Amino acid sequence: MRLLTHNMLSSNIKGVSNGFPLRLDVENSVSKEVEFNPDFLRNMFSKIDWKALVDAARSMGYAELPEEAPDSSMLDSDEFLKKFHHALLELHLDEGALICPETGRRFPVNKA
Amino acid sequence: MWGVDIEPKTEEADAGKPFLPSIRTKEENQQNSRPVSYKMSARSAQILLVSSHPEVYEPCDDSFALVDALLADRNNLLEHRPTLCLELGCGSGYVITSLAIMLGQESAGVSYFATDINPHAVRVTKETLEAHGVHAEVLLMDIVSGLERRLAGMVDVMVVNPPYVPTPEDEVGRDGIASAWAGGENGRSVIDRMLPIADKLLSERGWLYMVTLAANNPSQICRMMKEKGYASRIIVQRSTEEESLHVIKFWRDAELQVETKAQTTENRTAVPMEYLLSQIPRLAFWRSGSRSS
Repeated sequence: MRLLTHNMLSSNIKGVSNGFPLRLDVENSVSKEVEFNPDFLRNMFSKIDWKALVDAARSMGYAELPEEAPDSSMLDSDEFLKKFHHALLELHLDEGALICPETGRRFPVNKA
Repeated sequence: MWGVDIEPKTEEADAGKPFLPSIRTKEENQQNSRPVSYKMSARSAQILLVSSHPEVYEPCDDSFALVDALLADRNNLLEHRPTLCLELGCGSGYVITSLAIMLGQESAGVSYFATDINPHAVRVTKETLEAHGVHAEVLLMDIVSGLERRLAGMVDVMVVNPPYVPTPEDEVGRDGIASAWAGGENGRSVIDRMLPIADKLLSERGWLYMVTLAANNPSQICRMMKEKGYASRIIVQRSTEEESLHVIKFWRDAELQVETKAQTTENRTAVPMEYLLSQIPRLAFWRSGSRSS
């Protein structure tokens, strides 16, 4: 599962008022190359919850993203976009679980 | 089991152009300036590469109708340049794979999500995608429950081949393959849950393609969607011995509600159905359909 997807998921358990972001329990993560498209990243940037992405990437062992939400001028920087690209699309949670931040319920993630 | 040829065996009543699965005209190549790789030269998923499981619905007439509708609308879809595409109830993965082949991946600026309530379908869809060398994020959930909050207003293209077969209500949402077809009363139980969700998830420029059966009362579905501000058009109509299918495209039309009000004031005596028919001539074949009000 890509971190783009993690960024779009929230816990849907009844009674949970804020099920976002889900915590990651990473058993195995992989990196898969995806073709770089700056326009796609610029389109996605405004839709992404930055802190959730930074934290998720860090729990996958990738700490290159700036902690603070970058302003949109960063979208002209190839260096920034490549890091964003890698975190958003190339890092995959292969085995593990997503955990509801309120109830602790686990949603397993696996390859098949 | 399946032949290589997926050309529709049924009569094509209203698909605009005849469906030509393998021939790309020069004109078409010129219209589409994106690079055509080997993979892209196949215009949809190949039936022999579609994975299967006894508990997963295999591509059938309804799946082919939906993919044919997407192919018929392909140039519009390419011009539309969607960023996020979503399929609800992906089953074998035939449709989402076909869409990804048609429109390209992140390199073309598009990302795909697909959901199914059936865990076997999630696995089979992943296998089908992989066999075609394309990617979508496939998620196990009821309709789109875990994505509904964050994906609101973001989906540019949504495709749905819902469980539309009229069944007793208690058959809806059962485990396994039954979830692929059991649609409850008039086949509308799941469709009626999906429509407000589609409205929530679709972006301002979002398009929805949905398969319906005549028994689902599609003209009434179009009226419901019209009240939410959507225009609609039938992209494919197909009749088999067993069922009469339509693939309907919905899109937001900012002027629609204003127009509706104006027209109703001008022409008070018009019954709603007649009004609808005058607006959308292609709905005319529903005149003899199952509508009762």
